[in-house]
Amino acid sequence: MKQIYVNEEYCIGCRLCEIHCAVQHSRSKKIIKAFKEEAPRALARVLVEEEGPLSFAMQCRHCEDALCIEACIVGAMHRDEETGAVLCDEDRCVGCWMCVMVCPFGAIQRNLAGTKAASKCDLCHGEQIPACVAHCPNEALTFVEVKAGGAR
Amino acid sequence: MTFTMLTPEFRIERDQERCIACQVCVRQCANDVHVYDADEDWVYSDYARCVGCHRCVTLCPTGALTIRESPLDFRSNANWTAPRIRGIYKQAETGGILLTGMGCDQPYPIYFDHLLLNASQVTNPSIDPLREPMELRTYIGRKPDRVEVAQGDGGVQLKTRIAPQLMLETPIMFSAMSYGSISYNACLSLARAAKQSGILYNTGEGGLHRSLYEYGPYTIAQVASGRFGVHSEYLETAAALEIKIGQGAKPGIGGHLPGEKVSADISRTRMIPEGTDALSPAPHHDIYSIEDLGQLIFALKEATNYEKPVGVKIAAVHNIAPIASGITRAGADYIAIDGIRGGTGAAPTIIRDNVGIPIELAIAAVDMRLRQEGIRNQISLIGAGSVRNSADVMKLIALGADAVYIGTSALVALGCHLCQKCYTGKCNWGIATQDPYLTKRLNPNIGSRRLANLIRAWSLEIKEMLGGMGINAIESLRSNRDHLRGVGLNQVELDALGVKAAGIA
Amino acid sequence: MRHVIVGNSAAAIGCVEGLRRYDKDSPITIISDEPHHTYSRPMISYLLGGLVDESRMAYRPRDFYEKHKVETLLGVEVTRVSPRERVIFLAGGGSMAYDRLLIATGGKPFVPPVPGANLKGVFTFVKWDEARQIARYIDEHQAKSALVIGAGLIGLKTIEALLARGIKVTVVELADRILSTIFDPTAARLAEIILRREGVELRTKTTVGEIIGRGGRVDHAVLRDGERVNCDMVVFAIGVRPNTGLVPTDSGIQIERGIRVDAHMRTTAPGVYAAGDCVEAYDMLADSYHQLAIWPLAYRQGNIAGTNMAGVERAYEGGFPMNSISVCDVPTISVGLVEPPDDGDPARYEVLDDYDRETLTYKKLILRGHRLVGALFFNDIDRAGIYTGLIRDQADITQFKDHLLSGSFGLISLPKDYRKHLVTGSGIEV
Repeated sequence: MKQIYVNEEYCIGCRLCEIHCAVQHSRSKKIIKAFKEEAPRALARVLVEEEGPLSFAMQCRHCEDALCIEACIVGAMHRDEETGAVLCDEDRCVGCWMCVMVCPFGAIQRNLAGTKAASKCDLCHGEQIPACVAHCPNEALTFVEVKAGGAR
Repeated sequence: MTFTMLTPEFRIERDQERCIACQVCVRQCANDVHVYDADEDWVYSDYARCVGCHRCVTLCPTGALTIRESPLDFRSNANWTAPRIRGIYKQAETGGILLTGMGCDQPYPIYFDHLLLNASQVTNPSIDPLREPMELRTYIGRKPDRVEVAQGDGGVQLKTRIAPQLMLETPIMFSAMSYGSISYNACLSLARAAKQSGILYNTGEGGLHRSLYEYGPYTIAQVASGRFGVHSEYLETAAALEIKIGQGAKPGIGGHLPGEKVSADISRTRMIPEGTDALSPAPHHDIYSIEDLGQLIFALKEATNYEKPVGVKIAAVHNIAPIASGITRAGADYIAIDGIRGGTGAAPTIIRDNVGIPIELAIAAVDMRLRQEGIRNQISLIGAGSVRNSADVMKLIALGADAVYIGTSALVALGCHLCQKCYTGKCNWGIATQDPYLTKRLNPNIGSRRLANLIRAWSLEIKEMLGGMGINAIESLRSNRDHLRGVGLNQVELDALGVKAAGIA
Repeated sequence: MRHVIVGNSAAAIGCVEGLRRYDKDSPITIISDEPHHTYSRPMISYLLGGLVDESRMAYRPRDFYEKHKVETLLGVEVTRVSPRERVIFLAGGGSMAYDRLLIATGGKPFVPPVPGANLKGVFTFVKWDEARQIARYIDEHQAKSALVIGAGLIGLKTIEALLARGIKVTVVELADRILSTIFDPTAARLAEIILRREGVELRTKTTVGEIIGRGGRVDHAVLRDGERVNCDMVVFAIGVRPNTGLVPTDSGIQIERGIRVDAHMRTTAPGVYAAGDCVEAYDMLADSYHQLAIWPLAYRQGNIAGTNMAGVERAYEGGFPMNSISVCDVPTISVGLVEPPDDGDPARYEVLDDYDRETLTYKKLILRGHRLVGALFFNDIDRAGIYTGLIRDQADITQFKDHLLSGSFGLISLPKDYRKHLVTGSGIEV
């Protein structure tokens, strides 16, 4: 499956990935409208961590052995058979936050302002190339084929 | 804020209807121009700090920003222009030498823009580069006076021993830019692109970083007056050596890398203590005559077993022609001449803008003089100093160069916006800086790709132009001034270039 | 190879998914005493509280059994296992042979012998049907108040469900604080503040003495110390014990408190596996075997059992307590040890904490030597999973110990090679 590869050497901490992720998951998918008019604002599913000059973008690793799928009490966390991505069915999610408890990357957020469900990267379900990868100005995020054996 | 007469040079226009306060501009400006106000949830800008590098404009996801030169008008004055007035304000405030970066920006005549190339028609058909092979390959090095061959069983054999040559796939090389004046990522981008394009890049006077030794066959190692990083492995690894006497942006004076920019890595590469200023003295303190130069040339050849070409880089000054003649006779394999428009990481503005001569005149003068003396074959000529496009390459070769060095063009390909603030070490594009926050911005994968693209694009254009002229090899263009015509030049200038006026067959 | 699974919850489904990953064809049969399509047991409190309706109870889609080629026998109880003959016996006669058996019968609620426990209006609360029964009872009898016995995890969820229905709740707990298995005294105190704010009457260090009925139904209750509690109904929420009734004593299957399993989820009887709330599996923090009734562990154990049942070796590294539970909308996460144990060497342990009374936010970490063994988050639970990962990996935290409780703690605080091991994936092992 294709996975987003994170390269901390080239991340410049601009957070354009966060911005474009939010736009991709907004209602209008238009950047100015999404930011200025939509309320609540869509949550970005990627998070840039920064410490001094070091920074990198972190999002769901779509683990082969996904701990969030194990932990989900309602089966909202599931794997998309086509893309191999781990997706959260936000309609089924009841906000128990077991997934937040087990994700070793802290990649799952609580969408308190919006759906009250768990929010995380969905590999831009349906798009050729995820929004964060497409808009990274320094190619710190790339979308690459990963051998079976994935993270964890 | 302390009082200053230096009002902002630039004004930032932010379209508040497009601005989404995402703060990318805030994070990306190394000069802290943009500030986010959380109470008002908006971004405002401190114009005084803006240097016009366009980083914010380029990265803004909604295109909300643009930069304008400050519309502050002085009363019209053809003599006392705004930069001249501001120069005095600055010196009155600081008492120091005004510094700047990149090449001379004054409106002296640009001879490239007064020269036009020929094309074939009717009497002499053009060549289609898509159908015929176009030879751009160029050899840099001393060529023999005559060539003797022997006919034998194995066919024709070459009897004459030829001096070491550098082979370039296209007559363009990357000019000398030291590790220290530019970032490691920039050096790596140049090295990789040189390898990919089959050309060479130049270490500049900062020595060679260990991890770049693998690009040795594509490297020209410079030996400058500070002798930074010069040791036997450095000489062994490179494909050619270059003694730097002068540089077009600051002829006659030395170089200075401030101690703040001498990090641990640079300290190791240059072989100087960390945090100390790296001063390159004006003359090499062991070269006080042309004979001394000859001695150093041969010392380097001895040290490398006569296996590599040894060249000399000089700035284009008034008596460039006799200097070049002397260098040829001293035994150099090539001369690199850097014209007044050549770039730099830091130089006094007054010298950058007032000292030296344009490369077009210099190359023409040297080429014609060496031919006159019958020694043109003994040396290759490399021209540098603001070669901005493939037409400039063609024109310089037609005026007499064997190949060109590009510096500014290469950095612009990497992202430079010519804000001329290289000397501050705060290059927002990650090029002329050692700050780890900033050097990350130049991803060598992207940088080398962009440079290789540039070389490829120019090479394709050169092939097109050559074909259009009915030539199929770049060496047929060299010194072939009949393919040039001047426009808007007086007779003295035409004679200096050795070129006829347009309209004259 | 015929696989039979007794149970239909997390461990059973985990087993099916583990098995089917490697074996697409061998027949699998699920037998459960509950008549429902597999459902999420933790959801019964949401159901009772009216926060979800019955259509949201399913744990897997309706076509799950069909897609995974699983036959189901629902509403049928397994009365006995006979490992020697590889046969199970069903209530009402009937039996089924197996090649591989998974016992995933979960837990049974514990009801102490309290006088009046058989009255109408006294409930336990672990099954879907019990949620329906309680809801029906409340509606039929216009119940206004309830006594909940036990303030552990089940107790808390019961309290919240009843509060959502507008019932006045009194809760009794034998320990000195509520949620004593997952909260330390500080966190428990914060939880108590929240519950009291919602009008809950809380009595600790006591329990029910007697339930008094009238007309066969609950009228009121009397606590051990004699205090009278008005309540129209009583819910026992003390805890669950492993449901091992179907294992006879001479079966060769070792049972301590729960069914003993090894790292491959095998019981001591050949061909018989067990997983979930009914087992005693390895606790990697306590370095001992005991019951850990935790949903993700049940799933994982079931999944590993299924993998091994399919003939593929896979070992269970062990689990540890982990709970994510909201106290009236205030989220909390508790992982690993809650307090340094009195195991005779207190110097080995170190506690780091950060308590803000204004915002009712509390973070506490327990270190054993250089490793994290406990993490408790009250109200601020974002990215708690990173700490769970550090506990799971038993990572050496010396290099970043000072950053552990900082607001900006994240993967970036971890040493580069450990971080790269986590982030890069693609089969790169540390």
